[in-house]
Amino acid sequence: MEPVTLVVNGTTRELFVASHHTLLETLREGLSLTGTKHGCELGECGACTVLVDGVPILACLTLTLDAVDVDIVTIEGIGSMARPDPIQVAFGEHGAAQCGYCTPAMVLAAKALLDREQSPSEEMIAEAIAGNVCRCTGYVAILRAVAAAAESR
Amino acid sequence: MTRDPRFGIVGTPGPRVDALAQATGTLQYVDDLTYPGMLYGKILGSTQGHARVIAVDTAAAEALPGVRVVLTGADLPTAFGLLPVSQDEHVLAIDKVRHVGDAVAAVAADDPDIAQQAIELIEVSYEPLPIVTTLAEAVGIVDEPIHGEGPANNRDRDISLEFGDVDAGYEAADHIREDVFFYQGNNHAALETHGAVAIAEEGGRLHVFSSTQVPHYLHRILAKVLEIPESRIRVTANPTGGGFGAKTDVFSHELLAAHMARLTGRPVKIVLTREEVFYAHRGRHPVLMWVKTGFTAEGRITSMAFKTFLDGGAYGSYGAASLLYTGQLQTTTYRIPAYRFEGLRVFTNKPACGPKRGHGTPQPRFALEVHLDKAADDLGIDPVKIRERNLVEPNTRTVNHLRITSCGLAECIERVVDASGYLDRRRRLAAGRGVGFAIGAYMSGAGLPIYFNDMPQSEVMLKVDRGGGVTVFSMAADCGQGSTTMLATVVGEALGLDPSELTLVTADTDLTPIDLGSYSSRVTFMAGNAALDAALELADRIRTAVADDSGVGLEEVSLGKGVVCVGDREIPWAEAVRVTEARWGLLVTTGSYKPPTDIKGDYRGSGVGPSPAYSYSACVAEVNCDPETGFVSVESVWLAHDVGRSINPLLVRGQIEGSVHMALGEVLMEEQTFRAALHNGPSLLDYKIPTVLEMPRVESILVESIDAEGPFGAKEVGQGPLLPVIPAVVNAVHDALGIRLDEIPIRPDTVLAALADLDRGGTGRWGPTDLPDYTFRPPQKVEPPPAGVRL
Repeated sequence: MEPVTLVVNGTTRELFVASHHTLLETLREGLSLTGTKHGCELGECGACTVLVDGVPILACLTLTLDAVDVDIVTIEGIGSMARPDPIQVAFGEHGAAQCGYCTPAMVLAAKALLDREQSPSEEMIAEAIAGNVCRCTGYVAILRAVAAAAESR
Repeated sequence: MTRDPRFGIVGTPGPRVDALAQATGTLQYVDDLTYPGMLYGKILGSTQGHARVIAVDTAAAEALPGVRVVLTGADLPTAFGLLPVSQDEHVLAIDKVRHVGDAVAAVAADDPDIAQQAIELIEVSYEPLPIVTTLAEAVGIVDEPIHGEGPANNRDRDISLEFGDVDAGYEAADHIREDVFFYQGNNHAALETHGAVAIAEEGGRLHVFSSTQVPHYLHRILAKVLEIPESRIRVTANPTGGGFGAKTDVFSHELLAAHMARLTGRPVKIVLTREEVFYAHRGRHPVLMWVKTGFTAEGRITSMAFKTFLDGGAYGSYGAASLLYTGQLQTTTYRIPAYRFEGLRVFTNKPACGPKRGHGTPQPRFALEVHLDKAADDLGIDPVKIRERNLVEPNTRTVNHLRITSCGLAECIERVVDASGYLDRRRRLAAGRGVGFAIGAYMSGAGLPIYFNDMPQSEVMLKVDRGGGVTVFSMAADCGQGSTTMLATVVGEALGLDPSELTLVTADTDLTPIDLGSYSSRVTFMAGNAALDAALELADRIRTAVADDSGVGLEEVSLGKGVVCVGDREIPWAEAVRVTEARWGLLVTTGSYKPPTDIKGDYRGSGVGPSPAYSYSACVAEVNCDPETGFVSVESVWLAHDVGRSINPLLVRGQIEGSVHMALGEVLMEEQTFRAALHNGPSLLDYKIPTVLEMPRVESILVESIDAEGPFGAKEVGQGPLLPVIPAVVNAVHDALGIRLDEIPIRPDTVLAALADLDRGGTGRWGPTDLPDYTFRPPQKVEPPPAGVRL
């Protein structure tokens, strides 16, 4: 086990991890941040998306020991049931989640986009979530929710 | 009698009751559960497609520090299977493995790394046996069939039925058409992989959490395999990260977690990897189909025969039902005066197939709708008209005795044709562009339960607390389809309460009354009716108590929004509840739903019927095809769906849009294929599903036929809308390029091969020609219902 210092959702966390452990394993098992999901282990489905210095990355393809000296934001850092982000509210209002398993990652992908684009086009929204697979919605409601969230800002 | 919504709660788009928990990542899926001292389980899968297991050496794994238990087949020897007729599975292989990935041994250890290491230390000696992987091979006699003793073929089961005089129908026809089709198998690819957590409790009790869609069936099979009474087991179905049928069976990991928790006294979690999900499978059956239809010159069907050959994989699973579904629902859209269905399901050395969204019906629907498109061409009738001339009518019985109650099919067709401009655009679009049309129907729940019993399929209990809070108890499992929101909406509408004010306790065998599970599109119809039943009884009781308390007649008391009205006076809901509890004590009501079972005699609907109601859909798809590369992209889809009544239009549209997505995956890219017994790509890297960039514009049109028996008139929407999309796309490719693709998925190479055939002066067809060499037994002859019978 190796000592590592991570900055997650603005808090510095010191812990020991095995050198082969991925950021996904560390977030879920080590830090109990279970909003980050496991779907494919291969970086294909996008369910494990977190933001690193504001950019969406795949936690299942990132070794924990490579995630030092960066700012990590998980879904838990975006909003809570008590104080949800407008994107999270829009997802509910527009039916952008069915099973909800891809939803935290979709919200993070949308958040990264909206933080750099005030009023993105539909193409820009689609491109932003193109690395995230949703098996339930056909993406239609997700596009609608992100556009609505952008407008409400 | 249909009840009309009074409060506008039913029929208004609204968010899911768990929307914020989902969007904030706080909803707890089974893999999110952690308990002190929890062990992590891991299963060793077979490397062989078909082999005798000679020995399993677990000594090194057992000696590894941190390993708490190692199991092999002999530890849990009881055979099981979801259908009573298919008890052909074991938790871990006994004697034989039947497909690559078949479970052989399992461990539980202090952490996942140790469990993985232990699995790698287990040595298995196999004696390889010849494998069978195709339909043609499976009908041949072999010394070592996959199940049972040889020499024998690998038939799982077959069926042969005839309704009316099919040959006489052909004799009366002006035109007869025959076609052969193939629909490749594919996987559900729900984003959450399957998982279970089991906890051993005081007195030998077990609590099993699972991503299952069917807590009741898991409960029964746990009791059978672990040989302990159901009363000692509690099953909780966590919110499921996508089901689509994948999680309607019972799997080794669930039974193993429970048994390991019992042996170690510690909580045990097993979550499958994506590769293991492809081996657990239970996905779409590959089906080879033959159809022969007689038509009058005007395009009216005189007779139809359908043969289906299902490649079932290594186990029965739901296959007996899948087989019937490939033949029995053709009659729910078209009036077919005489119909013969012969079907065969075989075993092969591949992961078991089972139910996937549309269970057994997308394959024949693809065949039938493309077949009709060709027949329309033969007869010089447009594709819409040939269908309209054969449509079933509401309140009739089909030739195979299915009850057609409400039917909004004609309106679905009209609206989708209008919205898309199909008739004006067909054959008139630019080169490479085309439009295609198709229809479909699906059941709102299977009339017969999985295991024979005469009890209700759904029960709901309502309990009211002293603050007026209403708790809804139902075993319905939310696999993302929104069953919990549906229950809240139905009860809210009946009581005049906002769905968000209700408390929902669902999918727990200790706490909730029965619901058979989230399969066959049964939950809105059945659990919805049970919930409505319970809510109406609650409303009656409250009205009676308030009427008596106020000294007025019952007719003067009605429910308002959050209040009880006595004439002009409004009594707050909580006050009305107190009056009622003071009168009768504990305020609990219940409701039950049992589907009609009015088929008489030996013929019981062959396991599919009668469903209480059928949903209907019509679809137009527009494609853009590149004749140089063979690449087909779908640009627009119009889909009209008769949902009976839309309980929550936001969720209904979501089901339509999701069905379009899943259908496009099946028609354009998804296929589960093998090299010998080896899966060609058991990962999402190789198994491609459409991303947002492949999704077309979707226009969903809701049609409401208000079913007389559905809750507020509602029918299903979870599966039906998938069906017409696939043939609509294939028919659109014909409109675009003049080729006939009788096999899906459509691939660039099959498009190019069909185009090359067209260039050579051929018919431009790509698809199968030969059927397996299999002789069906003479059909069971079933007398059709009397002509002109109405319900």
